Amino acid sequence: MSYIPHTDADREAMLKVIGVESMDELFDRVAAEVRFPALDLPPGLSEMEVIAEMNGLAQANASANEYAIFLGAGAYRHFVPSIINHILLRGEFYTAYTPYQPELSQGTLQAIFEYQSMMCMLTGMEAANASHYDGATALAEAVTMAKAHFRDKRTKVIFSPGVHPQYRAVARTYHQGSGMNFVGDEGSASVADLAEQLDAQTALFVVQYPNFFGQIDDLTGLAERVHAAGALLCVVADPIALGLFKTPGALGADIVVGEGQPLGIPLSYGGPYLGFFATREQYVRKIAGRIVGETVDTHGRRAFVMTLRPREQDIRREKATSNICTNQGLMALAACVYLSVMGKRGLRQVAELCYHKAHYAAEQINRLDGYSVDMSKPFFKEFVVTCPRPVAEVNEILLEDYGIIGGYDLAQDYPDRPNQMLVAVTEMNPREEIDTLVEALAGAATHDHSHHHHHEPDAGLG
Amino acid sequence: MTIDLILQKKNGEAPPPLEPLIYDLGAPGRIGVNLPDPDVPEAELPADLLRATLDLPEVSEMDVVRHFVRLSHLNYSIDTGFYPLGSCTMKYNPKLNEDMARLPGFAEIHPLQDPASVQGALAMMYTLQSWLAEISGMQAVSLQPAAGAQGEFAGILMIRAYHLANGEAHRTKIIVPDSAHGTNPATTAMAGLEVVEIPSDANGDVDLDKLREVCGEDVAGMMITVPNTLGVFEAHIKEIVDIIHGCGGLMYMDGANMNAMMGVAKPADLGFDVMHYNLHKTFSTPHGGGGPGSGPVAVNEKLADFLPGPIVTIIDEGSDEEPPLYGLTMPDKSIGRLKAFYGNFGMLVRAFAYIAVYGGAGLHAVTKHAVLNANYIRARLKGVYPMPFDRICGHEFVCEGHWPDAEGIHALDISKRLMDYDFHPPTNYFPLIVPEALLIEPTETESKEACDAFVEAMLAIAQEARENPDLLHDAPHKTPVGRVDDVRAAKQLVLCCRPVLDPEA
Amino acid sequence: MADWKTLENAKYTENDEWILVEGDTAKIGLTDYAQDQLSDIVFVDLPEVGDSVTKGEAFATVESVKAASDVYAPASGTIVAVNSALDDAPEQINSDPYGAGWMIQIKLSDPNDLKDLLDAAAYAKHAEARG
Repeated sequence: MSYIPHTDADREAMLKVIGVESMDELFDRVAAEVRFPALDLPPGLSEMEVIAEMNGLAQANASANEYAIFLGAGAYRHFVPSIINHILLRGEFYTAYTPYQPELSQGTLQAIFEYQSMMCMLTGMEAANASHYDGATALAEAVTMAKAHFRDKRTKVIFSPGVHPQYRAVARTYHQGSGMNFVGDEGSASVADLAEQLDAQTALFVVQYPNFFGQIDDLTGLAERVHAAGALLCVVADPIALGLFKTPGALGADIVVGEGQPLGIPLSYGGPYLGFFATREQYVRKIAGRIVGETVDTHGRRAFVMTLRPREQDIRREKATSNICTNQGLMALAACVYLSVMGKRGLRQVAELCYHKAHYAAEQINRLDGYSVDMSKPFFKEFVVTCPRPVAEVNEILLEDYGIIGGYDLAQDYPDRPNQMLVAVTEMNPREEIDTLVEALAGAATHDHSHHHHHEPDAGLG
Repeated sequence: MTIDLILQKKNGEAPPPLEPLIYDLGAPGRIGVNLPDPDVPEAELPADLLRATLDLPEVSEMDVVRHFVRLSHLNYSIDTGFYPLGSCTMKYNPKLNEDMARLPGFAEIHPLQDPASVQGALAMMYTLQSWLAEISGMQAVSLQPAAGAQGEFAGILMIRAYHLANGEAHRTKIIVPDSAHGTNPATTAMAGLEVVEIPSDANGDVDLDKLREVCGEDVAGMMITVPNTLGVFEAHIKEIVDIIHGCGGLMYMDGANMNAMMGVAKPADLGFDVMHYNLHKTFSTPHGGGGPGSGPVAVNEKLADFLPGPIVTIIDEGSDEEPPLYGLTMPDKSIGRLKAFYGNFGMLVRAFAYIAVYGGAGLHAVTKHAVLNANYIRARLKGVYPMPFDRICGHEFVCEGHWPDAEGIHALDISKRLMDYDFHPPTNYFPLIVPEALLIEPTETESKEACDAFVEAMLAIAQEARENPDLLHDAPHKTPVGRVDDVRAAKQLVLCCRPVLDPEA
Repeated sequence: MADWKTLENAKYTENDEWILVEGDTAKIGLTDYAQDQLSDIVFVDLPEVGDSVTKGEAFATVESVKAASDVYAPASGTIVAVNSALDDAPEQINSDPYGAGWMIQIKLSDPNDLKDLLDAAAYAKHAEARG
């Protein structure tokens, strides 16, 4: 059997030492009426057969490897330098366990410490943890932190409607039994309008930077208003944008969370990704998840160790800050390697490439008959295009006739935005692709779309 | 100790770090990537919105490669040695799985693409859902939870939602045995429910009398691990299930120990209503130094409508010529989304490859050999290490790391000494109900020779504990660093290697 | 024989808190036995002056490297002083649990709260029994 090394002689010798006749005898404590059910699964395959089968499944997908892609909305195709996969595929990293034993885990621990340091630099915060499942769950845990910080005395969370719809949905899932309530995202209120809802009940005010529509909201003075109400400010940030724009820390944020996938992690149909979480040092004892700290060993040598452990589930049980055990270590390693090779100048360069290409695309599209681009605020790598027909129809033409995976259909989450497409442009889209997109959109405006295709009943984000 | 160290540092005596921080490598102006110049006209940047500085390393690609390769050498891993780590199932991670997850058709698809354009991915997920349903005997599966703890959270939220839908909001208590994983009570609290802990009896089984005492109409459900965290198939599992169902509660199975269950018993047949899998334990997806994991949930008909979503369903059955059309749907009364998108897809690909290699009979063989290895090591250590429960175990067993004639020796000392023999220590101090616990789980992928070598090391350490206890107290001796000062780490918090220099940056 | 001490005039809870009445206020802290069990204390989460505490309810959390314990009020009252020195030097609970390691001072709301507490001898016996 593939990964089971035992020979007949091994089995016989081992059963003898145990003092039983057969392997079946080892399961006598399991009630006979339920014991040894057949498993109705396909028969086992050889490695080459598995490869053939899975190649077939993989090839049945339209991948960004073959198609031009202008879809973002929380998951982005950015450049992944080759080095990342090579480091990630080192067995010493990817087959290691959670670093509970610091003597055997300095590699993982130092990498996480370096990741934490880089995330602090990127966000302008003083402490970062060793990561969450994804940006959405990092936000949900930010709400939990705010709840704990106010010892359950403040229960209101104000969400900007410009926060990713799935992030807001996940925070609500997490807190369906916790007594927190969420307001602000029912309509299309501006950040300034939402600040009117701050009161003594408000625990957390959440904005996204750039917002879900790719725009940079004016956050000047927001932190002061939030703090005047005694609440905390959480900024959901795009890490590539932070290579260019002011840090949330400089804007007065108390918590910065976001999706680390753009930092060297493939799209991989939505996961595994990397939720980053950074905050001010005064709050570290209330945050969820693993945190690595610097210390020394018995010889006085610098060493790293998971610290502030009593917050965690295995020690504090029902009083823990979260039930999370994951540190999303391998994804944090990817981000750490990514930020290392990009460095001070590279990340800025990537951000600028996104910015220039997105602005070029937006201007070209804005010139098309029937299309308009919302340029009312500064934007980064995504922008909203109002189309002359439903986005689903446009995207179908783009995919079939031009080999382009089009932007996100905002009507799925925002009923007040019919025919609006959220287009993402990154450094991975060469000018020719952008020009083809512009041409395709022009074609789609007048295309007589008579194909019949399946439409998914429930493709919405929320 | 701290003062001594400060003095040492002043005198310049502290040994040099094993590896410099990445920030201490490189030189100003160096860069590790080669990016293109813009191929479009440059747009004007909004000067007032930009940051002034960005304090990241400035290193070459080779600087980075060497740094991380050197760091990797400081790690223990499955690829370098044996992890007898109870409750964690550190089995071999097949290389095939890594290649499959990196196929461009899986790695480079966007989660918001039209489902019609990712039918291969959805077919894979649908099949995996059905396989996990079959292994558990459950009716429906959601692949969404990103880790076991999130699977538990999904399960408890579903139980809560089920009672609310039945107009039984007063069911707020979740019963958890005192031997449970810490995630069980932590999860319960996160869901806004109340934890009721019940003791184990002298055999390590749930105390049935105590269980009956706490059962009432305020009980929402019970969480239990099978085999339990002592590695034993609970003798009274049917009675436990009946007691809880009898008072209107639902049964949650913590699937951490599924490596002892495949083809041995189906959780649904045992009467469970909901369970989670840990794909990174049972189905060989890598632990990655702590993550990412994957924790799908499986439920029976009572809870199918409450599953977290979206899940993959067949939208159109297709025909002889046409394959079925798969889509993403939200169950009717879903507790909602637990994360963005659909689960840790890359982990699902790996688990799919693993199950495809084994098939049903193969998975049953996995379990049998995992249990064989555990019992073999148990039998060989018997008489040398105290064992609170002397009986056939599942895929793991607990022994105690202390002896009356070896004063001052604790499970921790034995664990640290094992490192000198090039083994990762077993799980220490869990379950909490066993003093000086060492929870040992070899998994099926270790050979008899590997098990023997581990046993020899354990026996040698038992002897050293009497003859030369300082060897254990001061251990480890051969690891890159010695025991670390975790008091200092917690008191003088250093969580970031750079000061945040310019608040306006 | 135990190597921890009690404070003669104080009263004790079974949860290892001590309370020492001085006029109409009382100081509260953790016992020598408790600090010994917790080992090196690295952090104390204290309430604020003006907060009220209720007998039997947690008012603070004490953290060591491997555990975190709630500290329960031996009596009800209003906090008149907090030992903020513990923010920077939580180890004072280890080194001087009945002196520099005191945690809060309260104005008692009901002197009867003290009636069911243990005296030093009874507490020593209680602690001894747990080893």
